[in-house]
Amino acid sequence: MSLRLEKVSMQFGGLVALRDLDLEIPEGVIISLIGPNGAGKTTVFNLITGVYRPTEGTIHYNGHRLNGLPPHKIIALGIARTFQNIRLFKNMTALENVQVGMHCRTQSGAIRALFKTRFERAEEQRIRKRAQEILQELGIDRYQDEYAGNLPYGEQRRLEIARALATDPKILLLDEPAAGMNPKETEDLMQLILSLRNKGLTIFLVEHDMKVVMGISDRIAVLDHGQKIAEGPPRAIQQDERVIEAYLGRRHTTTGSIS
Amino acid sequence: MVRREIQRFCIYTLFLTILVLPMVGMRGPEFEARRAFTVLSVLVGVLLLTTVFRLLRETSFYRNLGQRIRQRRDRALGKIQVLPRPVALGSLFFLLALFPFAANNYVIDVAITVLIYVTLGLGLNVVVGLAGLLDLGYIAFYAVGAYTYSLLNLHYGIPFWFALPFGVVIGSLCGCIIGYPTLKMRGDYLAIVTLGFGEIIRLVLNNWDNLTKGPNGLLGMDKPKLILPSFSDGGLSWTVVPLKSLPSLYFVILAVALLTVIAVHRLNNSRIGRAWIAIREDETAAELTGIPTTLLKLLAYALGAVFAAVAGAFFAAKLSYTNPNFFVFLESCVVLSIVVLGGMGSIPGIILGALALIAIPELFRELASYRMLAFGGAMTVMMVLKPEGFIPATRRKRELHEEELESEEAADE
Ligand SMILES: Nc1ncnc2c1ncn2[C@@H]1O[C@H](COP(=O)(O)OP(=O)(O)OP(=O)(O)O)[C@@H](O)[C@H]1O
Ligand SMILES: [Mg+2]
Repeated sequence: MSLRLEKVSMQFGGLVALRDLDLEIPEGVIISLIGPNGAGKTTVFNLITGVYRPTEGTIHYNGHRLNGLPPHKIIALGIARTFQNIRLFKNMTALENVQVGMHCRTQSGAIRALFKTRFERAEEQRIRKRAQEILQELGIDRYQDEYAGNLPYGEQRRLEIARALATDPKILLLDEPAAGMNPKETEDLMQLILSLRNKGLTIFLVEHDMKVVMGISDRIAVLDHGQKIAEGPPRAIQQDERVIEAYLGRRHTTTGSIS
Repeated sequence: MVRREIQRFCIYTLFLTILVLPMVGMRGPEFEARRAFTVLSVLVGVLLLTTVFRLLRETSFYRNLGQRIRQRRDRALGKIQVLPRPVALGSLFFLLALFPFAANNYVIDVAITVLIYVTLGLGLNVVVGLAGLLDLGYIAFYAVGAYTYSLLNLHYGIPFWFALPFGVVIGSLCGCIIGYPTLKMRGDYLAIVTLGFGEIIRLVLNNWDNLTKGPNGLLGMDKPKLILPSFSDGGLSWTVVPLKSLPSLYFVILAVALLTVIAVHRLNNSRIGRAWIAIREDETAAELTGIPTTLLKLLAYALGAVFAAVAGAFFAAKLSYTNPNFFVFLESCVVLSIVVLGGMGSIPGIILGALALIAIPELFRELASYRMLAFGGAMTVMMVLKPEGFIPATRRKRELHEEELESEEAADE
């Protein structure tokens, strides 16, 4: 029941975005992927969810080979994700966004909808109820009938998680969920992620906020220029020479030069 | 601002003159000045109108006007909504049912045409309004329905109601055939391919003389028949009544249009409908939320085609005649205009759009040759003033006025 990347490489034209990445994500943990801008973190997510097909290497999940599967099939296998730059269906309500997420776990097709069969009505009711529950669990049920585009920024990020959860995943990939959140919202987010993990979900997190990453991760992998330069528990990563040099070090110099 | 608009106006006028005078004026070797200048003056008139509107829109007068109208409208709507929904729908239905008894044959004939276009508009709405796929060759499916019935009836004597399912199946197959190669395309490419498909169908019908009798068309199909109870001789018996009179055809086609309304309404509010809207909003995000986008786009094409095929079968049966020239590109434009002008994704909007675009031109029959001109003009004016259509779906309105909404909200704070 684990997600395994073996020698995965991704090339865009001449640009090597990812080189020979080996990564194993065991069940029920919070694993974080960090690295400077452009290191290839989002690319890893895009490869896992089938947006791109790796130029080399294989991705296995739970006995399935994911290479070349269309994204919706991968989602149906139990891998869900959110997006770095929020991609909600802005002109649908918050509730509808979550209902869309339940598509892959429900069945009624056009014929059943046209005849409003008993099955379809019962399923619609179930979809609605479950979607409301999810919104409630994430504490955004008061926005149920609000258009997603109208939600405050932090709540939009939560709604993205809600939509991903609606697909009933085993693994949740979160791409910078704390970006743009204030400290209070970030704190709530950490609690949320921990509670999801405690319910048995595996969390794969890409995040720039070190407080979040160091605070909740069981394991951390570090990417730099498309290559994994370190992997281990938070403590070890914080003290790793190469990480400090490649990641934290560089950041200090850039902030230094700005001020 | 004013200068820019005037500049634009001058440039467009010049452009139109260069384009229209030779194209409209030259008939053979002669130059028909009157014809050319009439057309040109109408076009320039429309241009002038829109320019004036655009300028007016900037003034505070217009803004206040818009607000005042909106208030009035809301108040009026409030009054209408005092009537409970079933009562309103019931009385509407009553009116529709009584209509043929109060109208002459010509008016009923127009009403039937409107109803057929309502069906077409609602079908295209599934493709364009819900799934967000452009289709410029939609009328081809209408042709497929018309010819399927005509051929089955003429060659094999299959009665209307038995031929109809064949029309539905063949129509949806054609929907898949055109849908399949376009699945990976977006925007302009999609427009061109669908346009090409529409023309291919028409050209095949026009040139396959053995089967379709080419431009002469097919003649003499049976009218649909209904089996109705009758109370002659004191006892109850069943008689087969062919739908020969216009009112009887009106009722059957009204039923078809109503069924279409119900069908599209149900689709709109279903799991499939939500998935279509999600695809329209953000196809990549939809796929990554677990929606099989390819399959659903194909389904939208197929279902849209079914509605058109049904409408086509009734159309051919009503006239007992069909020929390829009923299905020119212009007709696709008319149906698309109904959807766009009426308000994409909105059922009442599309009904109103069909009324406006089919019934009103009938009233001005003598001006038929200017129909296209009026069309273009109306379309331009609408796009400038109210891009979301007469009765927009709330969602759609948000999409088109996003910036305004945002600035309004910012002003509120
Ligand atoms: N579709 C694409 N085509 C070409 N190059 C791409 C594409 N997607 C990503 N890249 C490149 O691959 C590299 C890695 O990008 P990626 O988005 O994975 O970085 P990241 O680690 O997520 O960065 P950030 O922290 O800024 O989100 C970058 O140089 C980027 O420009
Ligand atoms: Mg990224």
